[in-house]
Amino acid sequence: MPLKIIDTQCTGCQACEQECPNVAISSKNGVCIINPKKCTECLGHYDTQQCVAVCPVENTIVFDDSLPRYQLRA
Amino acid sequence: MQLLPIDASNQGKLDQVMQQMADHKGCGTTGGSGKSSCGSGAGPNDMAPEIWEKVKNHPCYSEEAHHHYARMHVAVAPACNIQCNYCNRKYDCANESRPGVVSEKLTPEQASKKVLAVASAIPQMTVLGIAGPGDPLANPEKTFKTFELIYKTAPDIKLCLSTNGLMLPDHVDTIAKFKVDHVTITINMVDPEIGQYIYPWIFYNHKRYTGVEAARILHERQMLGLEMLTERGILCKVNSVMIPGVNDKHLVEVNRAVKSRGAFLHNIMPLISAPEHGTVFGMTGQRGPTAQELKALQDSCEGEMNMMRHCRQCRADAVGLLGEDRSAEFTTEKIMGMEVQYDSDARKAYQSKVEVERQAKVEAKQEELRGLAGESSDIHLLIAVATKGSGLVNEHFGHAKEFQIYELSTAGAKFVGHRRVDLYCQGGYGEEDSLATIIRAINDCHAVFVAKIGGCPKADLTQAGIEPVEEFAGQFIEKSAITWFKAYLEKVKTGALTHQPRGDAQIRQGAFLAAA
Repeated sequence: MPLKIIDTQCTGCQACEQECPNVAISSKNGVCIINPKKCTECLGHYDTQQCVAVCPVENTIVFDDSLPRYQLRA
Repeated sequence: MQLLPIDASNQGKLDQVMQQMADHKGCGTTGGSGKSSCGSGAGPNDMAPEIWEKVKNHPCYSEEAHHHYARMHVAVAPACNIQCNYCNRKYDCANESRPGVVSEKLTPEQASKKVLAVASAIPQMTVLGIAGPGDPLANPEKTFKTFELIYKTAPDIKLCLSTNGLMLPDHVDTIAKFKVDHVTITINMVDPEIGQYIYPWIFYNHKRYTGVEAARILHERQMLGLEMLTERGILCKVNSVMIPGVNDKHLVEVNRAVKSRGAFLHNIMPLISAPEHGTVFGMTGQRGPTAQELKALQDSCEGEMNMMRHCRQCRADAVGLLGEDRSAEFTTEKIMGMEVQYDSDARKAYQSKVEVERQAKVEAKQEELRGLAGESSDIHLLIAVATKGSGLVNEHFGHAKEFQIYELSTAGAKFVGHRRVDLYCQGGYGEEDSLATIIRAINDCHAVFVAKIGGCPKADLTQAGIEPVEEFAGQFIEKSAITWFKAYLEKVKTGALTHQPRGDAQIRQGAFLAAA
């Protein structure tokens, strides 16, 4: 499952947007949103999810339980 | 509560702090008689001509300039790459005035238009800074695009930026390319063991680091960045947040470390940690320093290193003279509707008028200093001054949003800081309480100089042992202060008055209760 941003906690600082290796994050109405189609949970890029690591508000970027986990294609 | 009530037990703690800092004294604080002891208040005779040329119109680098010149910050850099325990990025309030706080973020294009609009409306606006609300170098594209646009359209405006230093070494060459000649680095420690209590984490090389390791990386990057800047002749100011019990004593070491790496000015600021800001320090009840603790630390670091004492810890989108904020006049909506014509000749004409005013002030001070020659006394004391600017005693006691603090001795009048106060004249807020707040804020002063003051506060101030002084309304602050001090010494000499030391004072935290 890709990640999602809890918009009520988002400060709109766009730190995640700059770090995302998949250009999956954009800003709308002062908060950031993740395009689940583009998010790869940073698999194949980094050991940790970049957006989670850089976000200034804890527990704001989390796995989206409603979607399946991203699978690296073999 | 993070603010200490001023009583005997705290006086004991203060003595302790002063004692601990005494070791660091003697690095030239009471130097030769001709040398100004306070660098930020220093004039052209105290520094190399090329440095004076760089700082003379910069309100954040020259105490003397800040009475005459204004700055603005544009909030183009929202992202940050470290977490500090005194910062909460979720907090935003237009009534709140402190670093990291901003009401609206701007694109580089909006920022550049705003700068031109403000520069046209406020001709003494000479400096543009990017200070956040995150870290400018964690948003390098937005930051440098803004600099590029302004550099092209208004080359007379000085550019500066304020950073935590983590990414500084990577960007020093770009900083030099855009002729950014003032960089401020916030350095709160040079020992990672201490740093771990200030910085919970940093984000570096695609990884989040925590604890001592995070603080070590940050420290190494800060020192490297500072050295690279000074090598290139870019002026560096170091900001440090004084956190009692965490880094207060340690800041003396920070001072030595940054001085030896060529920093030009050190600005030690009191921690802001009101619980309602929701910062870690606010939640844990970490208090900020008292006025005398802050002054003792600043005094002990003063010497070859210039100390800044006029910092107002302003917002990342502040506009105007230090201590005033006109950002509400220049919202994006208003700016985008404005026809802006950048008239550099009009700005130059205005600025030369300011120079004449400024020279008059310096001459008034020198004239009075000559009058002090021959006086000798160990007495030194503080006074508070209500001023609207231009170096004059020209504000009504009840309208003052802050008081400037001067230390008087036979060496002259020296600016040593300022104290924020609530607006006293605001009706409906309980005047009794406001007056008590003001007295607490200037409780370490012997007198308060005002343009005018009402009967009631006058009596209360006198009772609190602070003499209200109205006779210098409209006159130059330093000249007035020295005249008053001469009379004070005379009264002590003749026995008409006994010199009594004053207690400590509180540093006010949080927002102004009413808009300016």
